[in-house]
Amino acid sequence: MTTPPLPNLAADFARVLGDDCVITERAALRTYECDGLTAYRCIPGLVVLPETTAQVSYVVRRCHELGVPFVARGSGTGLSGGALPMETGVLIVMSRMTKVFSVDIDDERAVVQPGVVNLELTRRAAPYGYFYAPDPSSQQVCSIGGNVAENSGGAHCLKYGFTAHHVTGLEVVLPDGTVERLGGHAPDAPGYDLVGAFIGSEGTLGIATEVTVRLTRAPESVRTLLAAFPTMDEAGAAVSAIIASGIVPAAIEMMDALSIEAAEAAVACGYPPGAGAVLIVELDGPAEQVETDGTAVERHCRDAGAFELRLAVDDVERAQVWRGRKSAFAAVGRISPDYIVQDGVVPRTALPAVLRDIDALSRETGIRVANVFHAGDGNLHPLVLFDESRGETERAESVSGRILELCLEHGGSITGEHGVGHDKKKQMTRMFTAEDLDVMQLLRCAFDPESLCNPGKVFPTPRLCGERPGRRQGVHPLQEAGVADVF
Amino acid sequence: MSSEDLSAPDVAIATPAADKSLAEVAAALRDSHASGQSVSIAGAGTKATWGGPARPTDVVLSTAGLSGVVEYAPGDLVVTVRAGTPLADLQGELAEHNHWLALDPPEAAATVGGIVATAASGPHRLRFGTPRDQLIGITVALADGTVAKSGGKVVKNVAGYDLGKLFTGSFGTLGVIVQATFKLQPRPPARRVVTVEAPEPGAAAKAIAGSTVAPVAAEWDGSRVHVLLQAAATAIEGMAMQLAAALGTTEIGERLPAAFGSRPWAPGEIALKVTHRLSALDAVVAGVRHTLPGARFSAHVGSGVIWCGWRAPKAADVGAVIGELRALAASYDGTVVVVDAPAAVKTEVDAWGPVAAVDMMHRVKDQFDPDHRLNPGRFVDGI
Repeated sequence: MTTPPLPNLAADFARVLGDDCVITERAALRTYECDGLTAYRCIPGLVVLPETTAQVSYVVRRCHELGVPFVARGSGTGLSGGALPMETGVLIVMSRMTKVFSVDIDDERAVVQPGVVNLELTRRAAPYGYFYAPDPSSQQVCSIGGNVAENSGGAHCLKYGFTAHHVTGLEVVLPDGTVERLGGHAPDAPGYDLVGAFIGSEGTLGIATEVTVRLTRAPESVRTLLAAFPTMDEAGAAVSAIIASGIVPAAIEMMDALSIEAAEAAVACGYPPGAGAVLIVELDGPAEQVETDGTAVERHCRDAGAFELRLAVDDVERAQVWRGRKSAFAAVGRISPDYIVQDGVVPRTALPAVLRDIDALSRETGIRVANVFHAGDGNLHPLVLFDESRGETERAESVSGRILELCLEHGGSITGEHGVGHDKKKQMTRMFTAEDLDVMQLLRCAFDPESLCNPGKVFPTPRLCGERPGRRQGVHPLQEAGVADVF
Repeated sequence: MSSEDLSAPDVAIATPAADKSLAEVAAALRDSHASGQSVSIAGAGTKATWGGPARPTDVVLSTAGLSGVVEYAPGDLVVTVRAGTPLADLQGELAEHNHWLALDPPEAAATVGGIVATAASGPHRLRFGTPRDQLIGITVALADGTVAKSGGKVVKNVAGYDLGKLFTGSFGTLGVIVQATFKLQPRPPARRVVTVEAPEPGAAAKAIAGSTVAPVAAEWDGSRVHVLLQAAATAIEGMAMQLAAALGTTEIGERLPAAFGSRPWAPGEIALKVTHRLSALDAVVAGVRHTLPGARFSAHVGSGVIWCGWRAPKAADVGAVIGELRALAASYDGTVVVVDAPAAVKTEVDAWGPVAAVDMMHRVKDQFDPDHRLNPGRFVDGI
């Protein structure tokens, strides 16, 4: 090609989509240079802001014809660099696709464009006594399309599950520009569960242009308890006791002393002074059941060593209890110039051991770690605090990486909800074998054989499509020798 | 590996022994890959005739040897189990800790792998969903013997593609499911069954959806709707009264009827799965009754799934009838799958019907099983 494709594409897109849907000035492009993980930045070659499925399809088809890579972006709240643009590629920003097509209460479904903000769904459904269950912390700004890409969860996914459990249909633009409908209002569409395969694929299999979600009946009663403990060990014991008793809370969140300190400094949440750990336990469901479980949860907390229990009796008090938790990430900015938000998962029962190991790691390195996490499902969000001006960056990154290894040593995962994106693709080889990754690539090759759709994300060294996996031959040597099982 | 001849002279049956099961499955697949043999995959065989008309294969690979729990961590509410394990056996082990895997398809003896491969569901899907929703990790062996996993053994995990969802309901056409990890549910101590007479189930479905007592299962058997509540002993009575009032019934019991969740068909009948948008339940039932006189029903009320059993009259043009039903279901965003049927019907009628995004599905199949050797003919569009 004698002329670079991007300037030609810019003119083409401006003609077809309209001048105000295309951004080419460097200063304006810079707005999109990173997502919520600001450590990685790249100014995109070109930004388009489509408003319809046809426009997305056109943009993708042209990119495909010219072999130009493209990246889709929602609200840009992602924390793994999943929407990191490419200098040589097109960034397709979905935030103008904000139509709510229908809210069908009798069908328990809503149909929306991907730029619709998560919380908007619950706002639309609430007057009818329904809500949209996945509630990522960023739900006031994050988009449904981004949630689909990341299979977003949230504090309440302990009981309600993730985006994949609440999306029944998608319209997608495939990486060659074709528009396909997958699933719909009805369940169990015949054929492969491509909706399930697409959700959580981090924008690498195509771009969702319409999303059909399940709306959930709002619970009759909600009860939120704040319990303060002398140390994390007692709080962890309370979590184990609650789960072992057969109670399924809507959420169980834990914060340690350092994150409590940060939240106090930022929003004066008024948590009990002297707490080495607090638990927020939220129960919802039929009133009598919530009442019974609430009494049991209070007993488990006291038995484990809680020194103060507070029951939020109304929405105002509930919001006050949650305020500290929800502000925790931003709040650590008050007590540390720089920080890394980590996202790892361990089996619930490994939580106490992992927390002790993180504590030891922190003492050993002198790098402080504030722990805020979804205790009910073992999803840790350690906040690694450091000061770049004092040359601590490298040490902090090493601590952050070491925490992920601790998660893997305990049979966990390198990401519970933030995604692999650009940030963790190298760690994928610590969690999966070369065969595992090769087989995942087969799905990629079915959807995106030219590897133009958000390339360079999720996988460390993508295999070229057309190569067959299994050249390393079948069963892992350790399995064959009976040394290790598959998990 | 034990091999024996079946009645057909050139069909080998491979049944790996439990102790070396995974390696043997991979080895059997590598062998058939090397010799270009087609392979069908057999669990307990409870749904062996479901789906499209299976073409005969060179090899039958049985998962019977892939049996037993690999890891059960009660405190984590997670279990890893080999695919050939009968669900009933697994539930027995889990019950010792008052846990269960929240799947209840009625086919007795069905294996965990077979249930995942067919995405089989029962009445508890109202609360817990289907196999895809319980599965958190999967290990598969591809047609060439490559063994790979996705997911893991923690309940929250977004690392890598979710091959578990892709393999769930794939009818063995992408690879052999050899092992699966599930999240588990605790079993609440008390239960009540609220029953209401319902020649048409729509009003009951609406009352159930609107109530806040959060039933775990609901099933219409063609004339009555049974709703299962589970909760703490102190809570259950009030919940049952509340639901009964909403349904306009006084019938509250502690036991489910023996046939709860059973499929409404007998051998030799045409078995159908009809899906629909939730609000269209009565309209679809009326349409099916009109099109298939004498059909018997069960419906997962509140989930959008109706099962039907129909004995076709000798003169019936089954193809035309199914086509009519498909048009009806499509008008409510649903589909009709001929789950099972006499062989003559299956050769005449496309069991799966027209499928959206079928080109994409062929591309997926071509990647995972490029020589089309696994379970040929069983799945959509001849896959």
